[in-house]
Formats: sequence, C-alpha cells, structure tokens
Amino acid sequence: MSKINDLFNQKLNVINVGIESFKDDLLAQNAEVTHLEWTPPGRGNPELIAALDILEDSAVMKKIEAANKEAVERIINSKPVLIGFEKAIDCVPGMTKTTILHAGPPITWDKMNGPMRGAITGAIVFENLAKDLEEAEKLAASGEITFSPCHEHNCVGSMAGVTSASMYMHIVENKTYGNIAFTNLSEQLSKILRMGANDQSVIDRLNWMRDVFGPILSAAMKLNPNGIDLRLMLAQALHMGDECHNRNVAGTTLLIQALTPYILQTDFTIDQKREVFEFVASSDYFSGPTWMALAKCALDAAHGIENSTIVTTMARNGTEFGIRVSGLAGNTWFTGPAQKVIGPMFAGYKPEDSGLDIGDSAITETYGIGGFAMATAPAIVALVGGTIEDAIGYSTKMKEITTTENPNVTIPLLNFMGIPTGIDVRKVIQTGIMPIINTAIAHKEAGIGMIGAGITHPPVESFEKALLALSENIK
Amino acid sequence: MTVQAIVKPNTYFDSVSLMSLSTKANQIEGVEQAIIAMATEMNKEVMKNVGLLTSVVEEAKSSDLVIVVNAATEELCENAFIMIDELFTKKNTSTSKSKVKYSTISSAAESIPDANLAVIAVNGAYAPREARKALENNLHVMMFSDNVSIEDEIELKKLAHEKGLLMMGPDCGTAIIGNVALCFANAVRKGSIGIVGASGTGSQEVSVRIHEFGGGISQMIGTGGRDLKEEVGGIMMLDGIKALEEDEATKVIVLISKPPAPSVEEKVLAIIKQCTKPVVVWFVGGNEEKVKQAGGHFAKMSKEAALKAVLLAGADESKINKRALNIPLIEEVRTKLTPEQKYIRGLFSGGTLCDEAMHAAMEKFDNVYSNIQRDPNYRLNDKNVSQEHTFIDFGDDEFTQGKPHPMIDPSTRMARFIEEAKDPSVGVIVMDFVLGYGAHEDPVGAILPVIMEAKQNAEDEGRHLEIIGYVLGTELDPQSLEEQVEKLLAAGVTHASSSQNAGLLAREFVVKGE
Repeated sequence: MSKINDLFNQKLNVINVGIESFKDDLLAQNAEVTHLEWTPPGRGNPELIAALDILEDSAVMKKIEAANKEAVERIINSKPVLIGFEKAIDCVPGMTKTTILHAGPPITWDKMNGPMRGAITGAIVFENLAKDLEEAEKLAASGEITFSPCHEHNCVGSMAGVTSASMYMHIVENKTYGNIAFTNLSEQLSKILRMGANDQSVIDRLNWMRDVFGPILSAAMKLNPNGIDLRLMLAQALHMGDECHNRNVAGTTLLIQALTPYILQTDFTIDQKREVFEFVASSDYFSGPTWMALAKCALDAAHGIENSTIVTTMARNGTEFGIRVSGLAGNTWFTGPAQKVIGPMFAGYKPEDSGLDIGDSAITETYGIGGFAMATAPAIVALVGGTIEDAIGYSTKMKEITTTENPNVTIPLLNFMGIPTGIDVRKVIQTGIMPIINTAIAHKEAGIGMIGAGITHPPVESFEKALLALSENIK
Repeated sequence: MTVQAIVKPNTYFDSVSLMSLSTKANQIEGVEQAIIAMATEMNKEVMKNVGLLTSVVEEAKSSDLVIVVNAATEELCENAFIMIDELFTKKNTSTSKSKVKYSTISSAAESIPDANLAVIAVNGAYAPREARKALENNLHVMMFSDNVSIEDEIELKKLAHEKGLLMMGPDCGTAIIGNVALCFANAVRKGSIGIVGASGTGSQEVSVRIHEFGGGISQMIGTGGRDLKEEVGGIMMLDGIKALEEDEATKVIVLISKPPAPSVEEKVLAIIKQCTKPVVVWFVGGNEEKVKQAGGHFAKMSKEAALKAVLLAGADESKINKRALNIPLIEEVRTKLTPEQKYIRGLFSGGTLCDEAMHAAMEKFDNVYSNIQRDPNYRLNDKNVSQEHTFIDFGDDEFTQGKPHPMIDPSTRMARFIEEAKDPSVGVIVMDFVLGYGAHEDPVGAILPVIMEAKQNAEDEGRHLEIIGYVLGTELDPQSLEEQVEKLLAAGVTHASSSQNAGLLAREFVVKGE
C-alpha cells in the first residue's frame, strides 16, 4: 500500500498556499485546513530565489543543517557569567587611549548621525583629549582618533555604544566555551552620552561612574569568587515579566540584589555606597547592558562555524544596520540603511525628531530576548502599540525565522516555550518575515538624548546580501 | 497660548503606558503639546525644559499623575482634557482569535503532524519551490498554479513517485479526496467509482453525471493537462490507476484525458490490462480498438463514460434516466432557423466541455474552428474573431493571462457573446455554466441580462436566436442547480442536461438538409 492509499483512508488535513477562497471552500466541507501567510520568497527577486535554490540542494542543505545545529547548540549551551568590572583600557582587546568604539558596523566620522557624533565628542572631552566639544569635533574629524565597532573587540554598546579607555566595562566569561564579552555601564536613562547628550551634567556623571561607581562594582565582584550566573538570572527575569531589552525592572532588581552583599563589604564610604544604590534605583535600565553582554558572549561562541546560516550579530550605527553570519567568519558585515523606530515618545517630541535605529542592543533579539520574547512582557505592550495578543503574536512569529527554542530561557505564557533561537538568513528571505527589535529612540540632533522607545526591523537588504554571499560560499 | 494642568493625586500608571497616551494626546486636534506623566523630579525637569511646568505641577508629588496641555485657547485645553480622559478609559480590546499563523509549508507541516496534503495556488514562478517543500515534508500536492515549466513538472512528479505521493498538477483544477472537493470540484455522493483525470472539467462532468445516475465517487485524482505528454510520461496517471486498483472502496476506474502521446498510451493500456477492476476510458477523440484490446471499456463521450461506470459498479439500468436527446425539439428548432443561420458558436468556460462539443460537431462538419483545435489548419487566425463553426475555450492560457478564470470572471465571455448574438450567420450559441466549489456564485445570473437583451434584439430583427445552456452541477453544490436552470429557462434558453447533450443538440440544430 502506498502513501496515496494511506491518504484515501485518512481525514484530509490541508495546508493551503495562495488563493484564500480555497480555504473557505474546504472549511465549508468540514475539512481541516491551515492557510499560510505566504509571500513570494526573496520578495520575488529571481537572483535571491536562485540563491535559495542553491542552499536547498540536498547535499548543501545537509551541511547547513549540521552547521546550524552546532551553532544553536553553542548559543544554548553557553553559560555567560559576570566575573568582574574593569576599565576598558585594562581589559578590552585592542583598546588604546585614542580609540573610541561605537555601535553597529564600521563607519567613518563624516557618515555618523547626530547622536553618534554627540556621544563621540562627549567621550573625547570625558577622556581629556579635548578641552571642549568644539575642539573635540575637530579632533574627531582629524583622523587622529581610531573608530572601531564594539563588535570587533568582543564588546557591545547600547545606543551610540561609544566606549572609551577609562569607562568601566562588564566582564562576562562564557564558562562553557571560554570566550569573554564586554560592555560598559548603564548611565541610566534620558539625557546621557549613549543617547547623544554631552553637556557638563553628562560628563560629570561619567566622571562619577569612573571614580566611584565603576571602582565599587569592580571591588564588589573581586569579593565574589563564583561570579554571577547571568543566564540563570535572565531566565528568572523573563519569568518576572521582563523581555530584557526595553523592560528591565525585574532583571535590575535581581542583579543589584546579587551585587549588594559584596558592595556592602567593599571599603568605600557609606555615602558612596548609598550613591551607588540610589543611582541603580534611579532607572530600571541598570541591567540592560548586562543582558547585552550575556547575549554577545553566547553568540560569539557560535560565530565562525563553516556553512552555518545563523545570524550572530545584528547591530546599528545610526546610519547603517549590519548583520554578521556564523558561516561567514570574522568581521564580514552585511548592511542596509538604518530604519525608523516607531513607538510612543516622550512628551514634547514628535516622530520627525527621531534619530534612526541605533545601537548594539539588537544583540538581545539575536539571542532570542527583547522583541523576540515580547510575549513574556505584557506590561509593555503599549510599546508595540497593541494588545497582549499582538505581543504573543510577535514571539510566535519569530519561530518562523529561527532554528530552535532555547529550553533554558522560557516564556510561561506560551506554555513555557523556549525563546526563539538562531535566526536563519534562509528563513528570513524565504518568508519575508523580518526580525522584530524593541529599542529606544534617540533625538536626531547631537546633545539631546532619549526621546522615546518603540519597535523596528532590520532593512531587508542586509539579509539579502548575506544570503547571496552564503550561496557563493557554501559548496 | 494657554498652558493648563490637571493633577490626579495618588494615581499610578507605568511610564510606557503614559508615553503611549502622551503620544496619542499630542495628536488631538488643537493641541500644541501635551504631557501625561507621573510628577517625578525627572519628569518635572522635562516639563520645565519645554516650558510646561506650571505651579500646580511643581507642587505635585511623585505619586501623582499630571496632565499638562498647551493649546491656543482655554476652550481647546478643556476639550483636550475630555479627550484624554477618554484615552484613559478606552482599553485595547481584541476580538481576533489568537490562532497560530505559519508562513512556510515546512513550519506548518512540522507543527501540524496530521497535515497530509498541500494545495498550491501561487504564481507559477514560485509554485515549484513550494511543491518541492511540500513533497519533502511528505505532503501530497495539488498544484492549481499554471505557467510552470515542463522540466519542473517532470522533476516534481519523479520526486513524488519516488516518495509514493500524489503530485496533482501543475494546472490541476479538480480533485476529490476522501469526499472533499478541492479547488474547482462539485459536491457529489461518496461511492465506488474512482477517477483519474487529466482534464479538469471533463472530470467534473463525469463525476456529476455519475452522481445524477445514482453512483458515487471514491476518489477523483487530477493529473494536470500535460501528464500524458511524451515528456512527462503519465507518471501521475499511472500512479493514480495503481492506487485506485489497490483501494478497497473503488470498484470501477474511469480515465479521462485528451488522447495521450503514443508511448504514454502504451503504458496506460499495459496497466489497464493488469487491472483486476473494470476501467472505463474516455479519451476525447480517442481510439476505441486499442482500448478494447487492452480489456478497457471505451466511451466516446462523457455521459456514456459515466453510464458505463455506474453500470459496471452494479447499478440497475432500468432505473436510470439516460436523458436521451429530445428529437421533437431538434425538429422544432430547425424550422425556426433560416438557411443563412448555419453556424455553431460555442463559448465555453470549461476546456473539456468545449472539446467534447467541438468533436461532436467535427463528426458532421469539416469547417470547425477553435483556439484549441489540434489541427493547425483549423485553429482560429484571430482568437477574437469567429469563423464558420467556432468553439472557444475561454479558460485557455491566451484568454487568462493576467485575468481570472472565466469560471470566476464572466466578463470576457460576456463581451464575446454580445458579438456572436449579432451575427446573422449564427444558428446556435452554446454555453456552459460551471457550478461547484471555487466557481462563480451565480454564473447564469451574471450573463442573464445580456442574454435577454440579445434575444430581444434578434426578435426585433425578426430572427430566431437559439441559445443552448448547460449547467454543470449537482443539487449538493453550494450554488442552487435548480435556480440556475430556472433562470436559463425563464430567459428562453434551451437547457441541455449534460455536456454530451449540449454538444449533440448544438450540432443537430444546424445540420441542414438531411
């Protein structure tokens, strides 16, 4: 008996692609039917379809599947542990006194947008490389400052991501694979350097972070021999309603709770410790960078696996959005124009004030949290402008473009579904579904700061370029 | 400019919700600027920076909610406060059932283990990819899409054959699997007759006649029109016959197609020979002898095929109304037509129905033209201009490029009807109206106004306009068969009871001098 005869004896259960009225006719006959949300693959571009065909050849596909399996295993099995805080100059590979790291793919001064320039000139003043912003701007344009993407130094940076030599960094070690990731400290919200603000209040805060906040955290972690298991804490935070990109209430509470005993044991004054606690309490965002470093640490472990089509980086410099793919090792970026971020804005600001999408924080979505885990954070559905069902829809939709679920980090509301893990370039092009990113909005001009938050998507071009490169590389 | 503020003491909302409300408040007409926020020190500073810090706000506590509006007049401010109040009370509601949506066949197939068949009806440029995915996921495929290359068809059918799956199509419009009609098919009784058809409307016609004669369909497998071409080699028809031979519910097998390529015919005849079940063969315009030699039951026309099948399945012949041709009607119509009114114009939405009527005419006439004539000498020079006896298949590719099929969109055929009805050399116009799933909800009603107008015009000119209408459908179809027929009769259209009769009546009406 063939499978055709099996079909004759089964209840018909149809997957309907294309004309929707066929679905209605099947429903009218009480047949089971699922109508696909189908769009032409690769937006109908024959070049992309040909590339997909190459990657779907059965021999090639086997290689890719094996490589992707390894890549997502490495993401899932990574165990990022916070082991300390140090100045960038003392821990970040390749850091010099005149190096400034920035978010996103590589970019030159002349192409940087307002918030990026604001942050860079602020950092130059903070590092005493120039006496004021005007001089800083000249120096930045002179070529004497080395600009380099955070991602190319095992770092990630929130928003402008501007990281200079004397800033204190999280140090996160991957206990499974040994690699280390870094990110700087939260300046908390609004009028801050990473959002492009750079007046004296911003510099003063950075000075305090260098002189008090960073040293206290550093000293505290030196007293903690085991480090802090961030993946465990992340899983808890998700169960407490954070998606750990735009909502960090629970995660921040958990993190400061873990740090507190050691902070108390340090030799700093009570007043200084109190300042630290008040600073952490002033914004929920304190743990935001921490989750970014966790994600970076896990994804770096999955980068550079031959034949893998898994995305290991999504990052924006405010001008361009770039991705990196595991199977295209090293610092090969695929870019497209940075997109607008749509969402609620602080009072007094209008959509036209917004700078374009910026920051390395999309590393959280690359890992499977943030926008991908929207279903676990019903408290912030206003951000996506809709209902809890919309939020759930975002998380389930992301399963269409990812490879597996991470069983270590789950979403209770979706029956403890693991977060969607391992964005596959092929699936993005095949389905036309773009990853969803939760993010903050910086003012387009230098010197102002955060003006809102919302959601955005990568430009499709970045994925299209990556797919073409993959089809040429994988043999 | 007026700045006004309201303080709601001890009222807490989270900052994201408030940002969202502020954004909406700023869109209220007349509002220059609005802020809805908790009166924290930070928010007060923000308000100060934009000049919205009033004294009431300054005194508010961080547990108080403040609403500040800047508008041209006091009245506009008041109005804004009312609107903002509404924003607070308006909750987001959703009625949509949160059903999981899938974007790819693979993801749907993985999540729905019971899925067993994919219907693919997308642009032909993308259809082969989707079919391949479906087959790779062990789904049977019905491909409605056309404009798929024959190379792709061969590759897909070979893959399906290796995996033991159905690959119906490309360009397959009709199938009935497990008594469920797929795409364009009619609602018919479940029964013991299995059909494998390369002709969509041919299969529909035979299934409907079988139903009318009291029989029923076990399975109806579509192969797509090119399956019996040399290159494809009848892969789907051969697999379909084998499956029906194995199927316990099937007692009789019916094959429907245009005449196959000789090499494919050999294979089909060879398998008929091996079949333990009776096989009825209706190959439009096909060869009787070969079928008989292979042990098959030859049928020249559709009704004949259906009748043979139900009799072989054990029906009592004496209880079947065979719907013989109405001879007195033929005599009557002949007397109404003038000697000049000598041509048939067949305007069809169903390709095989067109073919069947054309073949009936070709038995009596040499000058039969069509857009689907196999003999190039009798193919229409211009598909838009009829000559002598003309049969048009409006479902053929040249009429459907960038347009819906005539079973859905009657406009092209309607325009042509108007032209034909004016032609004084036309003796009879014959048309089909296809009911069933997928088809137009009221195909007769759509064309009825132009029929009535044409009839009236002809009458004014003192000319009889003979129109034959055939409605392909059963009483179980979503459209009402009875109503469709009544509409035709009320407009003075001659109703044919089958495709076969429609073709024969049209021919007989215009046969002169016998």
